[in-house]
Formats: sequence, structure tokens, C-alpha cells
Amino acid sequence: MSAVAPAAAMPAPLPAAERSSGLPLVVLLLLPIALVNAFGFLAPVFNLLRMSFYESQATGAMVEVYTFATWASVLRDSFYAELILNSILVSLGITLMTLVCSYPIALYLHRSSGTWRTILLVLVISPLLTSAVVRTYGWVAILSENGLVNNALGAIGIAPLKLMFNKTGVVIGLTEILMPYMILALLAGFGRLDPRVEEAASTLGAPPWKVFRHIVVPLTMPGIALGSLLCFVLAVSSFITPKLLGGGRVFLLATEIYDQAIVTLNWPLAATLSILVLVIFGGALVLYTRALRAIM
Amino acid sequence: MDERPISPALKILACAMFIFLLAPLIVVVPISFSGDSYMMFPPSSWSTKWYPAIFADGKMVSAFWTSLLLAFVVTVLSLLIGLPAAYALVRLKPRGAEFLSSLFTAPLLLPTIVLGLAILIVFSGYGLLATFQGLVAAHLVVTLPYAIRVLSTALATLPIPVEEAAATLGASPLTVFRRVTLPMMRSGIVGTTALCFLVSFDEVVLSLFMTGPRISTLPVAMYHRVEQQADPLVAALSVLLVVLTLVVVLVVDRTSGLAKTFVK
Repeated sequence: MSAVAPAAAMPAPLPAAERSSGLPLVVLLLLPIALVNAFGFLAPVFNLLRMSFYESQATGAMVEVYTFATWASVLRDSFYAELILNSILVSLGITLMTLVCSYPIALYLHRSSGTWRTILLVLVISPLLTSAVVRTYGWVAILSENGLVNNALGAIGIAPLKLMFNKTGVVIGLTEILMPYMILALLAGFGRLDPRVEEAASTLGAPPWKVFRHIVVPLTMPGIALGSLLCFVLAVSSFITPKLLGGGRVFLLATEIYDQAIVTLNWPLAATLSILVLVIFGGALVLYTRALRAIM
Repeated sequence: MDERPISPALKILACAMFIFLLAPLIVVVPISFSGDSYMMFPPSSWSTKWYPAIFADGKMVSAFWTSLLLAFVVTVLSLLIGLPAAYALVRLKPRGAEFLSSLFTAPLLLPTIVLGLAILIVFSGYGLLATFQGLVAAHLVVTLPYAIRVLSTALATLPIPVEEAAATLGASPLTVFRRVTLPMMRSGIVGTTALCFLVSFDEVVLSLFMTGPRISTLPVAMYHRVEQQADPLVAALSVLLVVLTLVVVLVVDRTSGLAKTFVK
């Protein structure tokens, strides 16, 4: 019944009506998300910045005086310098391993088609939708003392390897966990790879590895750069896998942040280390932008 | 036609890497049927005792119900908050819409360990730690960006003339939205629902900061279990979770095409 009235009024005054009543409607529609964003994101992040300048005391209490003490101790202490360097190097290693392991899958996916491709894509994405705890547990089953690898080695008479509770375990586990991200990033960047260019190169007599090195790799560089950035950033901030496969013996920024926040309750220090993680992110982003400019 | 043939070397390499990628998910299946009381691969004997053992473990069962309820509440709220926001950003295009949409998706750029710490510090002041409300709020911070992104894309690709036709024929704006826009967005809404549900159900880092002895989610309970004793119970639980994930993935794939959601 009432729908007739707006229909008659609809065509002509629409722009004006929307301008006058549009603003409050927009505000109303955006208010809930703005509240969540302000309360759960903006306020916490600004608070974190402020917190890194608070003074912490041995009792775990904090004093609301602004001081550079936490920053000074982090920047001067060689333990933290090593921690930061260690985190960056381990993450770089993981990124490289992830790239090497993901590239063949991405290239294969790029060249396959139809239902087979869809099945494989679902197989690539499924681990992404499975909890990191489940996948890390799987790695415990493979790498532990009584695990798949060491029992297989034992069966052929080789001494067991120490694959867990050290950096090796963390690198293997995180490489696998980050592979889906790398594969998807590589696939997104493979668009420039024209099969006709490869064909031309091989028709002109280039052996397969030369085609790969001089045609395929350069053309897929944007995907490689994007995937590497993504995996590096995720490796630096990952926490579950280093904690479970490192068994408290591998010290990385992310695990240290958690320990300081939950175990030691030194929030100013945890906040300072968190901001350092963001600084490393910024550095990675700058390098990525430069690399991209050099490639394109 | 202009597809390049796949060389045998690439086939072998890709196959090996696929095995590596899927290895941790595959090994949990035999371990879940282990008859040993601790984890060993391959198991020395077989049994199905670990599956009923999950349901006898009070901690795991209550953590499961918490996670399920949490994921449900978070998903419903993400849709209720995300849908109007996406509509406002895409259709009403207020000034600074681009800035707002990057602000609303910004929490995804922050590593969850940093976000978790930041939320922990602020929420502790409001007494929200280790409460259900606190968990809901923390999860919303990470599910809403996904909701906004998927729903905005779904809205932006809709044919506007159909809505205009409905309006011209006398439907009120609300009716147009309810009877025309929403049904056309079906695949976007299904995708958002599945994504928000899985993100919340699997979320572990944020939850680790927000849980305590009083309340725990399933991934957090599993994490603590693996940290202390990696026994086959976690494998049995993992198998159930992988099956649950596969069911969700297949349902989404049937309704909207999972591959399309992730790769253009």
C-alpha cells in the first residue's frame, strides 16, 4: 500500500533527498563497525605505542611516567640485538625455502587446467583453512624422536636426527605452513607468463633450463617478490609453530613478546618488541617496493 | 591450445612438494587410530580408543562448545555489522569511503601477536579478559575486515539496473535491498559466513591472549595439550576438524566456487 507513494516520488527528487537524508544514514550504517574498529583496533594500537614508553617495575606493576628506559635497554642489550637478528635471519631462510618449495606447485597449477586444476587448488587452499595447531601437531608426529623420519632412519640403521626443539624443526614446519600463501601469491603474479614466449625461446634452440632461467623466472618476478614479502612478514610474526616445534629453545621476537606479556608480565617490554616487529615490517615493505620498481 | 606441455621434471617436483605440503595433514589420520598411549609413528598397535576419549575429556568438550558458540556469534555479528557497512561504503559512497574501507580492513595488516598484545592491554582495563564478550570483541576485530572485503566485492559486482527496475516498479528502498540485492549477493554472503566462521573457529593467537583458566577455546586447549603431551588424542581431534573444514569448503565450493573466492 504505502509502497505506491515513494514510487511516485522516486524519479525526480532522488538526488536531493539522498543528499539531505543520506549523511545520517551513512553514519548509522557505519557506526557499528567504526565502534569495533576504534575500541578493538585504534585504541589498543595507540595504547601499545604509549605503553612502550612506560616504566616497568620488578613487581610487574607499571608506572605512568614517560621514559625511554625500555627502549634504551632493548637497543643496548646484546640479547635483544641477537634476538632481532635471529628472527630476521630465520624468517629469511624460511622465506627462501618456501619459495623453492612452492614454485614448482605454482608453475604446475599455472599450466594445468579444468577439474584437475580445481582439485589441486582446493588441496592448496585446504591447509590454509586448517588450524596452525593441527598442522604443527602433524609436524611433531613427523619430526619427533618417535616420529616418522627418525623411525624410518632407524629401520635402515641410521642414527636418529635431532629435528625438533631446534631451528631445523621451526624452519621445516613454518615453510610448510606458509606454502599456501606463497603459492597463491605466485599464481597471482604468473599472468605475465605467456606460453608463446617460452615456445619461441625453445624453438630458437634454448635448452629447458635456459628457458626457465631467462624467460620464466624474470617474467614471474613480481609474484616472487609479493610472495616473499608476504611469507617474510608472516614468518616474523608467527608464534604457534616456533613455540611448539622450538620447545622454548628457539628464541624469536614473536615468542619473546608472548612470554613477556603472559609469563613475565612486562608489558612495556612486550610493547616495545611489538613495535620493533612493525619496524621490521616497514623495512620489508620498503625493500619490496624498491625491488618491484627494479623489476618492472 | 596455447597451453604449454608440462615437463616430466616439473611433474615429479610438483608432486614431491604436494606430498610435503599435505604430509602433516595426512600423518594425523593413522596416528588417530593408534593403540599406543603416547605418540609414535608408525604406531605399534591400532585402536579407535582415541575418538571416544575426546568426548570423555571434559576440558576439550567444553572448549569445543565455547568455540562453536563463539564462531556462531562472531559470524552473525560480522554479517550484521559488515553488511550495512559494505552497503554504505559501496553504494552511498560517503566522502572518504576509500580511506574508511582501508581503515576498516587495517587490522588484517597487523600481526595477530601484536594485535593480541594490544587488545590484551586495553581489555584488561575493562575486565574483559577471559570472558566470552571479550573473545567475541577480539574475534570481531579480525573477522570484520574479511566480511567488509568479500561483501564489498559482492556488492560492487551486482548489476545496478535490476535494483533500479525494482525501485521504479514501486518497491521501497528496504524492499529492494531485502528482495533484490540480498538474494543476488547470496554467494558473497555464503563466502563471508564460511570465512568468518573458519577464521573465528581456528583463531588461536588472539584467543591465547584472551583466554584463561575459566574459559578456553578449542584451538587454545589443543595448543596447551600439544605443549604438554603430544598424545594421539590431538590427532583424533585434528581428523575431526579437518573433516569439518572439508565439509565447509565443499559446501562453499558448491554454492559460490571456492577457487573463485581466492584466485581471480
